[in-house]
Amino acid sequence: MKRIGVLLAGMILLIAACRANPEGPKVLTVMTHDSFAVSESVVAFFETNNNVDVQFLEVGDTGTAVNKAALSKGNPLADVFYGVDNTFLSRALDEDIFEAYRSPILEEIDPIFVLDQSYRALPVDFGDVCLNYQISYFVENNLPAPDSLEDLIHPDYADLLTVQNPATSSPGLAFLMTTVGYFGEEGYLGYWEELVANGVNIVNDWETAYYSAFSQAGGTDPIVVSYGSSPPFEVLFAEEPMDDAPTAAVTSPGTCFRQIEFVGILNGTSNREMAEKWVDYMLSPAFQEDIPLNMYVFPVNKNAILNETFQKYLEVPEITAEISPNMIAVNRETWINDWTEAVLR
Amino acid sequence: MKTPSRLIRSTNLFLWIIPLVFLGLFFFFPLTKITQLSFARAEGGFFEGLWEALSTPTVSKVVGFTFKQAFLSTILTLVVGLPGAYLFGKFQFRAKKILRALTGVPFVMPTLVVAAGFYALLGPNGWVNEFLMRILQLETPPIQFVNSFAAILTAHVFYNTTIILRIVGDYWSRLDPRLEQAARVLGANRWKTLREITFPMLLPAIAASSLLVFIFDFTSFGVVLVLGGPLFSTLEVEIYYQTISLFNLPLAATLSLLQIGFTLILTIAYTRLIGRVNQPVELSSREISQQPLISWRNKILAGLMIIFLLVFLISPLASLGLKSFSGSGPGSAPTLSFYRALGENPRESLFYVPPTTALGVSLGYGLITVVLALALGLPAAWALAKKNLTLMDKVLDPVLMLPLGTSAVTLGLGFLVALDTPPLDLRTSPLLVPIAHTLVAFPFVVRSLTPALASIQPKLKQAAAVLGASPRRITREIDLPLIGRAMLVAATFAFTISIGEFGASSLITRPEYPTVPIVIYRLLSRPGALNYGQAMALSTILMMTTLVGMLIMEFFRVGDVGEF
Repeated sequence: MKRIGVLLAGMILLIAACRANPEGPKVLTVMTHDSFAVSESVVAFFETNNNVDVQFLEVGDTGTAVNKAALSKGNPLADVFYGVDNTFLSRALDEDIFEAYRSPILEEIDPIFVLDQSYRALPVDFGDVCLNYQISYFVENNLPAPDSLEDLIHPDYADLLTVQNPATSSPGLAFLMTTVGYFGEEGYLGYWEELVANGVNIVNDWETAYYSAFSQAGGTDPIVVSYGSSPPFEVLFAEEPMDDAPTAAVTSPGTCFRQIEFVGILNGTSNREMAEKWVDYMLSPAFQEDIPLNMYVFPVNKNAILNETFQKYLEVPEITAEISPNMIAVNRETWINDWTEAVLR
Repeated sequence: MKTPSRLIRSTNLFLWIIPLVFLGLFFFFPLTKITQLSFARAEGGFFEGLWEALSTPTVSKVVGFTFKQAFLSTILTLVVGLPGAYLFGKFQFRAKKILRALTGVPFVMPTLVVAAGFYALLGPNGWVNEFLMRILQLETPPIQFVNSFAAILTAHVFYNTTIILRIVGDYWSRLDPRLEQAARVLGANRWKTLREITFPMLLPAIAASSLLVFIFDFTSFGVVLVLGGPLFSTLEVEIYYQTISLFNLPLAATLSLLQIGFTLILTIAYTRLIGRVNQPVELSSREISQQPLISWRNKILAGLMIIFLLVFLISPLASLGLKSFSGSGPGSAPTLSFYRALGENPRESLFYVPPTTALGVSLGYGLITVVLALALGLPAAWALAKKNLTLMDKVLDPVLMLPLGTSAVTLGLGFLVALDTPPLDLRTSPLLVPIAHTLVAFPFVVRSLTPALASIQPKLKQAAAVLGASPRRITREIDLPLIGRAMLVAATFAFTISIGEFGASSLITRPEYPTVPIVIYRLLSRPGALNYGQAMALSTILMMTTLVGMLIMEFFRVGDVGEF
């Protein structure tokens, strides 16, 4: 009996503890996906200047985060949401999770990144999903490195490629959309059938593709779908310092898909003023220059300067697949279903 | 007579109250809320949705596959686990505790890491294939393991064998061997004794552990996704896809309810079965029931079994340990650089945590989960262990298992929409993590305690009562020592479930306080050999810490409780 009494008291205390939220310094809450990272000093600078405590909440991967923002609309979890990308932008806008805010810093940002013309979602960074290859494999086998999507269905490149399932992986979906953009809605499935005939390996997640199937990490396939930024990161996060990147990205016109990530002020925030300041800060060079080394994606602000490793090893494609967020929202299910039907069955 | 039935009834209600309040608040309420909200987004009602879902060929195929893989996985787990349970239950040998602790380690390992271990062993470039190719002079790898049905089954057996080993092994160790001996004396052969005496006596433990294994396999997500590859999908995977990729909440909710419904039917069938066989059996002390390995025959059998368990359960883990010490280049020397890197924060990232902090967070959540799960599970198991179950017990018994059969994605969103108003605005509270872990651990605690509690002879208690012992004294001096071992088994399960749980995608977490599995996933999601090596190093640390924790539990004794 006594034990149960203690237990009850404990549970009540637990519940009471969660309720207590004493009036302290002003708090700004930022919800974000689980790949978010930032330098301590960058956040501290904002906190000191604005006399505010910035708290971050990790709410799962990008799709999960958007869903959670949609389901908590009206009673938002946070004041600001960073991390929705162009593949989920339509869902976020349709669910009306953001309040519009036309930040003055948008002046410093190339308008091609501003996909929402009513300024509910403001661009912060971009990253390209591109084919990566292990350079040494192609040197040793006297084979030219792949340069186009057509190369991948050539017999010389049979059994060399690993891609991710677009139903379960975000780079997988990006690569599917690259093929839709490149071959058109009439042609992409035919291309995939030829990829299958040429021995494409399909796995469900980026981690398995990059760390188990890709030959750079001990697998068997020297070509893999990853990010344009992966080669510089192989240099930055090498076990021993290295001079040349062991991998490279294919950046020929139309072979990459550009993911743009956005920030927005959550509908129903009671902290609008501070939220605006945070959004401005995220778009300003001080924050933007910190992005690449922490999150592996790149600033949209023209005035942000890149670290020298990136200047040396990063290849940014000039022309990427052209698919609007609205097209993605409308066709996502159909494309994935048709792909599944053509490739997996 | 002073209406003993009323007394029993009120005690019974009292036992149920805490588990029910907890389940109501943290399971039924969130689940109802998210289901309502999901169907509010659809045009038709639940039944229309259900009909539409079931008539889609994809969904019925997924349901069929979910059952098939769970059934086969459970059978295979029993095939591997029962001989092991026999070994652990019937014999005394030196390495037993260490071996039993080792077999529990797979349970806590994150799927992506285990998959990396299997790849290193059995992948196209894995050690086994390379060896076979060299020996047999083959051009292509002979074993096609990755992205196959066999990979799903193997991983399920790898993860869940410990459930059979622990629950059945513990029960077996306390069966009175005299019945078997009598049967042998009366002329029954080994096989007949096993079939007609031992097996019926073991049935409650076998059924309880098989049910747990089946539900775990039935709701499998990570294993199917990562090792099974794109050709296979379970209900849980489909729920994730419908919820996250397509935001088709009505269909996701329908599939979730379908999954819960199947769990319920299964558990009802189980309780019916167990109600018929659950007779108190004579339990005895280990000194009587366990024998040392003396005869050569037994020694060889035990040796073979131990080797099999080690190779099967330990080799994928050992390959991770090896990876964490080996440099990235081919033929490079062993290195500690990945372990060193774990302690560094070169980019001064705000969310960097040293491995000790992550371990502390994981252990803290683990301990809270043990306390919560035992506090909820003990009274429930007590109520269910009575000889004459009331209607309430019979209804509530299968209900307890439901959290185990519920999609984590659905429940996570349920927490978000239900626990959103003070005083219960727990959406961003760190407490939600151990609460979610407890929902999974609680059914384990109940299932591993009930057979032990039910086996306590009423005679013993009656004798004590006649001799003047108070009910509380009976509990303390008869019940507790008798179920001490089962409590340890239950606590171990609760602890390992919490340590291994990766709830990051279904719950909201504070990035400053990640658990070990969350840090491992963070590292794995970034390119660069150093990040990958660090993930392997941290996995190895997780493995070793779990092993130490299991060993402490193995050697832990309170008076007679530990070893009886």
